[in-house]
Amino acid sequence: MFAAENGLKGDPRLEAISAAIRVVPDFPKKGIMFQDITTLLLDHKAFKHTIDIFVDRYKDMQISVVAGVEARGFMFGPSIALAIGAKFIPLRKPGKLPGKVISESYELEYGHDRLEMHIGAVEPRERVIIIDDLVATGGTLSAAINLLESQEAEVVECACVIGLPEVKGQHKLKGKPLYLLVEPSGLDEFC
Amino acid sequence: MSGNEVNDPRIYGIKTKIRVVPDFPKKGIMFQDITTLLLDPKAFQDTIDLFVERYRDMNISVVAGIEARGFIFGSPIALAIGAKFVPLRKPKKLPGETIFEEYELEYGSDRLEMHVEAVNPGDRALVIDDLIATGGTLCAAMNLLERVGAEVVECACVIELPELKGRERLGGKPLCVLVEYR
Repeated sequence: MFAAENGLKGDPRLEAISAAIRVVPDFPKKGIMFQDITTLLLDHKAFKHTIDIFVDRYKDMQISVVAGVEARGFMFGPSIALAIGAKFIPLRKPGKLPGKVISESYELEYGHDRLEMHIGAVEPRERVIIIDDLVATGGTLSAAINLLESQEAEVVECACVIGLPEVKGQHKLKGKPLYLLVEPSGLDEFC
Repeated sequence: MSGNEVNDPRIYGIKTKIRVVPDFPKKGIMFQDITTLLLDPKAFQDTIDLFVERYRDMNISVVAGIEARGFIFGSPIALAIGAKFVPLRKPKKLPGETIFEEYELEYGSDRLEMHVEAVNPGDRALVIDDLIATGGTLCAAMNLLERVGAEVVECACVIELPELKGRERLGGKPLCVLVEYR
């Protein structure tokens, strides 16, 4: 569900966030209009708006864990966690976390990858939000949900800055609510 | 404690939250795991606050964080002090025009990349990572910033391994750390 449909219609901050995201055509390969959030990180006001919108939404929802998907989830998740007084848990590519981990596989266009989490980082019944910069097919977020639910945590919502057309109209991913700030920029010419 | 290590009562709480994992990624290495620090909201907040208090009046316009643990500390610092956040990344992750610096690993080498348009001449920059060991990655990071005309004001890490003498590889640039592990 997009923020504009959920109380933030016409909010000028969403416009500023969208405008700050750069589209890079044909990256990583031809035909893909890559949504580059690094330009958002260079715009302090817009970056702060992004964090503030998520913090305002989650601060009174008794969220005790923010789980961020490596690596761009690490650019948004920690600030949200700090502002709402929650733990930050990094969900990482294989082999990076030094302690005992659980691991979940997810599909890529060609092949598959794995996401790992430390066992013991989250406790049963903790209320969790999962953060990434963008959701496309939802494969990575689904793996993240599985990791957290395997430890009996409650995934309250998945939150991303950008939601691609594949998820438009979907309010839920694996039964979990999805909260998105903006649609991708630069796709108009393909409609 | 060495010259650029911060002396503050909050440090003790931070140090105790860092978990040491023996023999990771290989035998003989005592890995400094900061994920346990991130599980303690007060200690994580104290970590960020200590850096923010140090840098907020130093006219810093860029906080450059080294992938990936530097993103976790660098992005909240950038937001708190009103600076741009610039991720320094492994090869082929950044979609725009990049420059790269090579640095040595124990076996072989790797590269760090930065978007050229992210940083302007005259920008005053900090480089952030969770830990400094040999200093190779920090050195590469500083080179990237200086090549585009930025001034690296200081490097900042949560943890230093002083026996690896990384501090001496920074070409005289100041290094601020919160915790030493000997």
